[in-house]
Amino acid sequence: MKYTEEHEWIREEDGVYVVGITEHASEQLGDVVFVELPEEGTEVTKDEDICVIESVKAASDILAPLDGEIVEVNQAIVDDPGKVNEDPLGDAWFFKMKVSDLSPMDDYMDEAAYKKFIG
Amino acid sequence: MDDLQHTPLFALHEELGAKMVPFAGYAMPVQYPLGVMKEHLHCRASAGLFDVSHMGQVVIWPNSGDFADAAQAFEKLVPVDVMGLKPNRQRYAMFTNEAGGIMDDLMIANLGDHLFVVPNAGCKAEDIAHMQAHLSETCRVEVITDRALLALQGPKAEDALARLAPEVCEMKFMDIRELNLNGADCVVARAGYTGEDGFEISVQEDAAVELTRLLLAMEEVEPIGLGARDSLRLEGGLCLYGNDIDQGTTPVEAGLNWAIQKVRRKDGAREGGFIGADRVLEQLEHGTNRKRVGLLPEGRAPMRGGVELFAAAEGGEAVGTVTSGAFGPTIEGPMAMGYVPSELSAEGTLLYGEVRGKRMPVKVAKMPFTPANFKR
Repeated sequence: MKYTEEHEWIREEDGVYVVGITEHASEQLGDVVFVELPEEGTEVTKDEDICVIESVKAASDILAPLDGEIVEVNQAIVDDPGKVNEDPLGDAWFFKMKVSDLSPMDDYMDEAAYKKFIG
Repeated sequence: MDDLQHTPLFALHEELGAKMVPFAGYAMPVQYPLGVMKEHLHCRASAGLFDVSHMGQVVIWPNSGDFADAAQAFEKLVPVDVMGLKPNRQRYAMFTNEAGGIMDDLMIANLGDHLFVVPNAGCKAEDIAHMQAHLSETCRVEVITDRALLALQGPKAEDALARLAPEVCEMKFMDIRELNLNGADCVVARAGYTGEDGFEISVQEDAAVELTRLLLAMEEVEPIGLGARDSLRLEGGLCLYGNDIDQGTTPVEAGLNWAIQKVRRKDGAREGGFIGADRVLEQLEHGTNRKRVGLLPEGRAPMRGGVELFAAAEGGEAVGTVTSGAFGPTIEGPMAMGYVPSELSAEGTLLYGEVRGKRMPVKVAKMPFTPANFKR
């Protein structure tokens, strides 16, 4: 598992990359009340805003961490946004993508580095 | 956070694990470990305790000793019936400016030989100067700085407070009394800012922490932060000064006509006579170009303050603006209020709010969004 400075996590699963937000991010956001996900099949580029997440406090964007194509989105968190607070690292993943350029993965943090990053 | 003022409960908030934020010059709890959503729902189901000590507390003493003289003087500043306010009763009021705009909204109470005034934290300095400038001929304006203000809100607030003072059960909505709670002299009003039954308690600062601990130790009661205070008041259809009403909005545009009693309107016994009366009375007669309305977005996306409203799904200029918007935990969906042209203010009117460049359908809706639960 790798982590970005935008508080997203990326995990490889059978050749596709699953993306979600970290526990720290979900705590900082507070209760999540709305999630908007991209359409399956969308081509995305790294650092593009592709999801919107709204908590009781504010709206935030989720960026594509890598170049590629969205192959699956998690409708369960659209139907029940509270799942993002309950299980951000597990059931509440955001989307799965086929990645065309894996090189940015080298720059992303491992768990130890991320823990240090959030202090 | 260093230059912020602290309420007498500051250390207790930190002990309770609150997340503190700057608000109107004070360090205030925005949420406790329970979180905004659960705090909100707890207050609607049971009872919530809020620290609102940042708000102003001001006493107006008539030089003559006669309440009527203070009331008469105060009527120059507000469009409401102060002289008709009975002892141990309070009501909602607003200071108006020359253009009929709202300088602040506040609660005023008749406590027998004086008027007790509670203005908003963010406006209190200007309000005090305003009162001193206009009332000093006949009254003394005393600013209270050694009292905390607590709000205990929710359907079980009465059960909780009655353990300390059984008399509170006899009080009705907008009654106010001087009561002893846990050995401390308090001023208790049956009112609040959540749309629920409940009480606001003014207490000497040196007794505030002990009283708060006593209430929080009760099974019904949880501490509630500013986050849930905002979603509770919005579900209750209540205005937030600075967002939904300000110097540029009049009480009539804001739909606060109910707060302007007949006696102060055209042909009333004490018609007008307050700052900005010409404009306010004219609007009461002939209506306004725009109105504050409730708004329910059709989708799940919240429409927050600042979102522009359009009459059509495409094209055209903005016709209005959202002034407050959030997710309503009780109604389980987004809600908002804002200003729209009067001809588009009928309940059910379909409008579009522009969120992230997309126009999303939103309907004009009746407020409050949750039924008011007052003890009348």
